[in-house]
Amino acid sequence: MCGIIGVIDRTRARMDGSSIKKALSLMNERGSGEGAGYVAYGIYPDYPDCYAIHVFFDNLVEPKSKVDEVLHKWGRIVHQEEIPTYEQPCLKREHIPWRYFYKPYTEFIVGSNNPAEDIVKHLVMTVNSTIPGALIFSSGINLGVFKAAGWPEDVADFYRIEDYKGYIWLAHNRYPTNTPGWWGGAHPFNLLDWAVVHNGEITSYGTNRRYVESNGYKCTMSTDTEVVAYLFDLLGRRHGLPSEMVVEAMAPPFWDEIDMLPEKEQKLKRTLRLTYGPALMNGPFAIVVATSKGIVGFTDRIKLRPLVVGENGSRLYISSEESAIRVMDPDVKTIYMPRAGEPVIGRFVQ
Amino acid sequence: METMTIDAKGMHYTPLNKMIREAVASGVREIVINNVLGQRFIANGLRSNVRITITGVCGGDLGMFMSGPECIVRGDCEHAPGNTMDNGTIVIHGSAGDAVAHSMRGGRVFVRGDIGYRGGIHMKQYEQKRPVLAVGGTTHAFLGEYMAGGIIIVLGMGHEVAVKDRGIGSGIHGGEIIIRGDVEDRLLGVGATKVKFSEDDLKRLSPLITEFCEYIEVDPSRFLDTGYTRIIPASSRPFAGKYTWE
Repeated sequence: MCGIIGVIDRTRARMDGSSIKKALSLMNERGSGEGAGYVAYGIYPDYPDCYAIHVFFDNLVEPKSKVDEVLHKWGRIVHQEEIPTYEQPCLKREHIPWRYFYKPYTEFIVGSNNPAEDIVKHLVMTVNSTIPGALIFSSGINLGVFKAAGWPEDVADFYRIEDYKGYIWLAHNRYPTNTPGWWGGAHPFNLLDWAVVHNGEITSYGTNRRYVESNGYKCTMSTDTEVVAYLFDLLGRRHGLPSEMVVEAMAPPFWDEIDMLPEKEQKLKRTLRLTYGPALMNGPFAIVVATSKGIVGFTDRIKLRPLVVGENGSRLYISSEESAIRVMDPDVKTIYMPRAGEPVIGRFVQ
Repeated sequence: METMTIDAKGMHYTPLNKMIREAVASGVREIVINNVLGQRFIANGLRSNVRITITGVCGGDLGMFMSGPECIVRGDCEHAPGNTMDNGTIVIHGSAGDAVAHSMRGGRVFVRGDIGYRGGIHMKQYEQKRPVLAVGGTTHAFLGEYMAGGIIIVLGMGHEVAVKDRGIGSGIHGGEIIIRGDVEDRLLGVGATKVKFSEDDLKRLSPLITEFCEYIEVDPSRFLDTGYTRIIPASSRPFAGKYTWE
C-alpha cells in the first residue's frame, strides 16, 4: 500500500509545492515513514537547456570526485551546488543531495537520434552501477526529484518544496513491502524526462528487468518501480511510441477483449502484445508517469489498486484517494474513477 | 434526544472516533459530523442505535464491524464502506470507491451514485442475517466476487446499461445479484449464472427496492417491475474440484 498523487496545469501555470505536500500528508495511512518524494517539472527555468542531475552522495570526497571526473569527460558542468536542505527532527540525513546543471558534448557519439539523452542515460547507468556512494536519482531538463526516507511532511520540509514552482507535480508516500526503505528506493523514479510514482507491486519484475537490461539499462535501486521508468524510456523515447501505446504494451487488453475488436484494431493490438510481451506488467499497480509534455495515469487490468481522477479547469489530478485531490483543490469540479488499464492522459493545451 | 455536532476539519480519525464513542456512551443518539475529508474508520465497531450524519468525503472503511448505527453520508466515500459490517445502515448520497460492503455480514449499504471495483466482495449470510448492498448508479468489474450470501441490487440510474464491466459474480457460491435490465453473458464471472427475474422475485424484493429509493430520495415507482436480471451461483461449490480431486 502506498499513496500517489499527481497534478498537471494544462496551461503551464506553475504551482508551488505546498498544496501537494498537504495532499500527500493526508494519505499518511498509506505510508510507513520509510520513503516519500516529489518531482516537479518547470522548476529550473534559469537552466532551460541543461540536464539537472541530482545525486545522493555518501560523502563529498571519493564518490564526488569520481562523478565530477566522469561528467567532465562527457560534457560541461554549467553550475553545481548542494541542494538546499533544512534539518528535520524526524528525518535522518543519510546522504548529501547535490545537483549539477550539465551539458553533454553531443559530438562524442555517433549513431544516435538523440546523442545528448543517450549520453546522460549512459552517465546515469555508469555512475549508479560503478561508483559506490553516489546515486543519480534525477536527470531531466528543467525538472527535479526530491526524495528521502521519511514521512511526506518531513521530506517536503527537508527540501522546502514550497520554494519550487512547477507546472507538473507528482508525489509518493511509500509503504515498503518487498524491499527495504531507503533514500534511493523512495519514489518518484526518474530517468531523463520520465518520472514515475507507483502504488503496488510489479510481480513480473524479473521478466521486465531482463528486458530492460538486455536493452542497456541497469537496475540499481533494489525496488521494482525502477523498471517502469526504464520501460517508458525504452518504448516511449527510444522506440517513439505515444504514451497511450506504451500503457497498452504494459497493461494490454485481455485476449478475449481483443477478439471483439474490428479487424484492423485487433491486428495492431496483437502485434503490440506480441512485440512487447516482456514489457507487460503483472501484479497489482496504480501508476502515474510524467514527462515535460504531460502526465498519464493507469492501473493494472483487473484494478487491484485505487486510482481517482479530478478535474478543475486547466488542472487535472490523479490520485489514490479522492480526499487528497480535494485537499489540494477544494473547488474540484469533476471526480471519477477510470476503468482498469485505461490510461488517463493530461496534455497541455496549445 | 440529545444531538452533538462535530467539526472534523483537519482532525485525525483517532480523536474523531474517540469523540463519537464518548458521545454514544453518554447517551447521545444523533451525531452530526461536518467537514469530513479522508478520515478513515469512522464509526468502526460501534454498537448503538445512534444516527450519524456526515458531510464531506469519508476515508476508507466507514462503519467497519459496525453493529446498529445509521450513517448518512452527504458526499462520497473512499474504499470499503461497510467492511465486515454486522448490522445497521450506511447511506451514501454520492459515490464510493472499490470493495464497497467488503465481507459484509449484516445490515444495509445504500449508495445513490456509482461504486468502484469488487463491490460486495465476499458478502455472506447466516440464518436471519442477510446483508444488502444497493447501488443507484453503476458498478465496475468483479461485482459480488466470491459472494457467499446476501443481496446486491444495481439500478443503473444515469447509465444506458446498468453494468458494463466484466466478472460479475466471479466465484459466487451464495446470495444473489439483481441488476436492472439485461446483462450480457460474457460479463458473467466463473461460477455465476443468469436466471429470469420472476414476479415472485419482484414481490419479495419490492419492499427493499422501495426502501432503498426512499433513502436515496428517488421515486421508486419506475423500478417496481420485472425488468431485472438475477444472477446466482451455478452451484453451491463451484470450485470443489479446483484444489482437490475427488
